[in-house]
Amino acid sequence: MKRLSVLFITLLAAAGAHAGEVQVAVAANFTAPAQQIAAEFARKTGHKAVLSFGATGKFYAQISNGAPFEVFLAADDTTPARLDKEGGTVAGSRFTYAVGTLVLWSAKADFVDGKGEVLKSGKFNKLSVANPKTAPYGAAAIETLTRLKLLDAVQPKLVQGENIAQTFQFASTGNADLAFVALSQVFKDGKLSSGSAWIVPGAMHEPIHQDAVILTKGKDNPAAAAFLEFLKSPYAHAVIQSYGYALR
Amino acid sequence: MLTETDLQAIWLTVRLAGITTLILLLIGTPVAWWLARSRAWWKGPVGAVVALPLVLPPSVLGFYLLLAMGPHGPVGQFTQSLGLGTLPFTFWGLVVASVFYSLPFMVQPLQNAFEAIGERPLEVAATLRASPFDTFFSVVLPLARPGFITAGILTFAHTVGEFGVVLMIGGNIPGVTRVASVQIYDHVEAMEYADAHRLAAVMLVFSFAVLLALYAWRPNPKKGA
Repeated sequence: MKRLSVLFITLLAAAGAHAGEVQVAVAANFTAPAQQIAAEFARKTGHKAVLSFGATGKFYAQISNGAPFEVFLAADDTTPARLDKEGGTVAGSRFTYAVGTLVLWSAKADFVDGKGEVLKSGKFNKLSVANPKTAPYGAAAIETLTRLKLLDAVQPKLVQGENIAQTFQFASTGNADLAFVALSQVFKDGKLSSGSAWIVPGAMHEPIHQDAVILTKGKDNPAAAAFLEFLKSPYAHAVIQSYGYALR
Repeated sequence: MLTETDLQAIWLTVRLAGITTLILLLIGTPVAWWLARSRAWWKGPVGAVVALPLVLPPSVLGFYLLLAMGPHGPVGQFTQSLGLGTLPFTFWGLVVASVFYSLPFMVQPLQNAFEAIGERPLEVAATLRASPFDTFFSVVLPLARPGFITAGILTFAHTVGEFGVVLMIGGNIPGVTRVASVQIYDHVEAMEYADAHRLAAVMLVFSFAVLLALYAWRPNPKKGA
């Protein structure tokens, strides 16, 4: 027992000497690339990035109320900018790590045509969107529907995901025929992973600039700065682009 | 004051809880009666299944219900074959979920009440040539009245307090699946704390009033129930 605890303490000390830990709040659309990047980050630097996934608006509320996050990868630029203004961040740390793409997706093959005409046809049971009040991709979806003058027509068929991950899950389980999700959720290495999709032209909505920022809680943590730096590395850029994001 | 959508959410919640309570009275009474009277070996397993929602995280219930009621699930295939479509994102989908979710809150108080009656009144009724049917309505129901009231109030209140399952299968549709608990969550997430406070206060007062009524009404154990 004693020997075991000595071993444990030694291990703990060894781990503490070289590596830190950083708590990262990640917008749900960036889940898959963030996991891949965090794994490589741990291999390269020895630091561990502990990832939490959710809606950007929810994270904002949590961070403003003292959540222990040190780095924030948001799904928009307005939320990190607001935190900047309120003094909740490390000044000058904010930058756009990815530019997101909205996509109309169905789990069924050949269900969505290349121009999104299926929206006008009305031949679908439900259309799943993320809560536009808290999820930037949800706001972009509503903006797109408004621009297409289809919002009123599809209103009775709208269902809301709590964040972009649940929005996708409603469609992937087949409960909704259609969903407005992030391209990154259905795209890998230059092609759709499954189903059918219409990649919404960027002109249909405000560009989805996704900003990263170091939060006040992470200002003295070298692992936080290292993680943000790693996000700018060629490796991270390649991963981000492989999921269909653009870089700024 | 409460906004239009808040009132809509409250009314929806009351309707959901009311309908769920009625349905569970119909389903729960025979189940509780059987559990109280039966000596079958599978009484144990049935009792355990009834109590499951007390223990299971709502996410487990929501996950299974979403898959089962979806277009590829058994329930979904059945409802589609009836031409009813699928249940997730509908009011009746929430009713089905709530019936599962609140089942033990109906069955267990009823079962306790039925067990408390004991054999004697039933035997007396039988010697007076009352049919089992007659016995149930003239003897059992009046004697088990406190149990019914407790079960009804608990079921109603527990359904009002439902959140996780609704979040998973509801789709947050105003007037259809956006119940009060989800509406509060929405307000909080959007940082509309003033709105959240108003609705949350209503829920707090309601819950306290319900429990107060329940405890105040409960017969004094010294007098014997």
